[in-house]
Amino acid sequence: MNAFGDLINGFGTVLTPQNLLYAAIGVTVGTFVGILPGIGPALTIALLLPVALELDNPTGTLIMFAGIYYGAMYGGSTTSILLNTPGESASVATSIEGYQMAKRGRARAALATAAIGSFVAAIITTVLLTFVTEPMARLAVSFRASDYFALALLAMVTVTAVVGASIIRGLMSLTFGLFLGVVGIDALTGQARFTFGVTSMLDGIDVVVVIVGLFAIGETLFIASRLRDLPEQAAPLEPASGFAWLSRADWSRSWRPWLRGTALGFPFGALPSGGAELPTFLSYMYEKRRAKNKDEFGRGAIEGVAGPEAANNASFSGVLVPLLTLGIPTSATAAVMLAAFSYFNISPGPQLLQNQGPLVWALIASLFIGNVLLLALNLPLIRLWVKVLQIPRPLLYAGILVFATLGVYAVSGNIVDVLLAYGIGLIAMIMRHLDFPIAPAILGLILGPLMETQFRRALLLADGDLSIFVTRPLTLTLLLLAVAALALPHLPKLFRGRRPVLSGED
Amino acid sequence: MLKKVLSLAVAAIALGTAGCAEQSVGESNEPAAVTYPSKTLQIMAPAAAGGGWDTTARSMQKAFQDANLLNGQSAEVRNVTGAAGTIGLAELVSSHAGNAHQLMITGLVMVGGVVTNKSQVNLTQTTPIATLTSESEVVVVRKDSPYQTLKDLLDAAKADPTAVKWGGGSAGGTDHILVGLLAKAAGADAKTVAKQYVAYSGGGEAKAALLSGDISVGVSGASEFTDLVKAGELRALAVSGGSPEDVGAGSPTATIKDAGYDVELLNWRGVVAPPGISDADRTAVIGLVDKLHASEQWKQALTDKKWTDFYKSGDEAKAYFEAESTRITSVLAEIGLGQ
Repeated sequence: MNAFGDLINGFGTVLTPQNLLYAAIGVTVGTFVGILPGIGPALTIALLLPVALELDNPTGTLIMFAGIYYGAMYGGSTTSILLNTPGESASVATSIEGYQMAKRGRARAALATAAIGSFVAAIITTVLLTFVTEPMARLAVSFRASDYFALALLAMVTVTAVVGASIIRGLMSLTFGLFLGVVGIDALTGQARFTFGVTSMLDGIDVVVVIVGLFAIGETLFIASRLRDLPEQAAPLEPASGFAWLSRADWSRSWRPWLRGTALGFPFGALPSGGAELPTFLSYMYEKRRAKNKDEFGRGAIEGVAGPEAANNASFSGVLVPLLTLGIPTSATAAVMLAAFSYFNISPGPQLLQNQGPLVWALIASLFIGNVLLLALNLPLIRLWVKVLQIPRPLLYAGILVFATLGVYAVSGNIVDVLLAYGIGLIAMIMRHLDFPIAPAILGLILGPLMETQFRRALLLADGDLSIFVTRPLTLTLLLLAVAALALPHLPKLFRGRRPVLSGED
Repeated sequence: MLKKVLSLAVAAIALGTAGCAEQSVGESNEPAAVTYPSKTLQIMAPAAAGGGWDTTARSMQKAFQDANLLNGQSAEVRNVTGAAGTIGLAELVSSHAGNAHQLMITGLVMVGGVVTNKSQVNLTQTTPIATLTSESEVVVVRKDSPYQTLKDLLDAAKADPTAVKWGGGSAGGTDHILVGLLAKAAGADAKTVAKQYVAYSGGGEAKAALLSGDISVGVSGASEFTDLVKAGELRALAVSGGSPEDVGAGSPTATIKDAGYDVELLNWRGVVAPPGISDADRTAVIGLVDKLHASEQWKQALTDKKWTDFYKSGDEAKAYFEAESTRITSVLAEIGLGQ
């Protein structure tokens, strides 16, 4: 197979004015969709499907959809960084340091490292996608339920990086997230949990509802509750230094996290039950652990933006691996894209490359071009986005509240979801007043159900035999890694334990 | 057992009469008692955009408009998501009673959802209009599986109900119901067999679990595994419909009945109106959907989407909905998922 030659042909297909237009529309729509809280790429693509069918141009349509997906990832970081209002779970890790940077006038650098990091990750992983799709997919589907459990447990260790100053508060926040995660019909037995007889809650509380509630609404209420004490504008802004978005120091601090984030994101995206959140949080933890100046974390460390953003985008190329080679969608957006494929009578799977080779290569080529377009679109837009911070607070947050409410309502068309989001928002406001960290709640919400489901699946499949978690080498390795990740940072302290610990480091 | 035979008989009668009804519609001119629709027609898809019910709703909307069946009015599709459609069902019954311009897509999944979610509202409270399409289920194993035939598989499950690990869609959904029906037909301990069923969110996760070796058997809609069957990764053992069907093997896969088990299960979709609409309105809605079914545009939609035509309207649809409700409720109770 001559992948390189095929790819060149793919570029030939994409570089027609019409398909370029589709790519441009896709990335632009995607960027805006990513910025609006709640309205994600999955919903957008689903709503555009009937329109796309009318166009009767499979290649153009898929190019546009891939553009929307990537665009949403670029756009998603913008509100996380500027306003601490991530619209989806994959941007939460970015918001932790990103918002702190913005608060200290470094919004431009944060947005730039996010955009460039996204670009770097996307380009590297698209190259990987071109060459290692097949073995990658084989590896991904060898993960079994017990492996997923161990993986989720490993990711759970990242909570230690986001708990903040008070461990008790961090754990309470985590528990709140775990609780929100178990609401709804239990997947394995079909029993309803914590639904209080409300039919709308049978499907659980949508992650989007929780995130919009915890961040967009919670932040707005918090700001509103102490508006008198705050300056008129959302954040100061360092004077722009011409075209240089990133200083030399920023570059040298960003490039390694970009690469590490990419290395984490791609394989996680390829896992059928992986998702984009796990690698973003893992990347955050890793960068924090590695950092020489640890106290800067929590106060706007650029590494904490660069790593997770790269991981987020890298995971999308990963998602394409099982989607194209096995017809297995690993995210909501991938599932909708699968529906789009079947609209055009294309069935992704082992034979896709043989049957629809030109289309696949065109899609891959469009990823390269789409990302170039996105970088070209997003870097200049930084000038515009940072202006958002100069909008007087009352107007700005009123606008956020409107879009957040619309976004939540758009997800399900159900007023119960809007009420839930406001209820969670109210709790989030109180959490902010009492200095509770918000990120652990998100971790609990995402990892809790994953751990529970996979743990019970593994047990069910092993007829209740717990030894499944130590007899399978991959599971055991991952579990040991989790233990190591938890214990390693404390080992030095243990060794120093004999001496009085008064070094004042903590 | 008698109940099941009865419900099958009802279904068979319904099937037989459906053909006749179709013919008479073409001949007799509808008595234009009411002008319908007289305003925008609302079609509710009680699930998220992009899924099967949503696609059905949008195909209906398109065919209605392209075939000019709406007296110059238009049709709108809206999604009310969640809980196997029972949230949409509750809304239709409680908020739209008597309004003939509100239609809702329904299907077998909703019948099961009503039972497993202990829904306060059920399908018999609506005004049945028609069934539209159906899809077979398929039972697949990995290429290296010891089970060559459906009989091998069910014998193994009968000998040791915990030996076979099944996987498919949501607990209590169509796939799970089929596992229960198969176990019952094979004389295996249906409750224990049904407990070996692992629910996955969507076909993708189930596919991955089959390939990784977590589960030994996959159960899903006929089109779900086509590509992996075609590639030789999976082997299709049987389809659940009335006639053999090619699910990727290159030749038709035999039905469960061909293998000697008296089980037939179709994942059908249909359309209902709210309760409390007048007889004249009911006749008008049925007439409209009859016309939709006869239109070239709908036939084209069936071909494009690879849906099997499964049309019963009016009283036959009502009888079918009731028969399916009875059958599914009793199966779910037997496998321990109903009350």
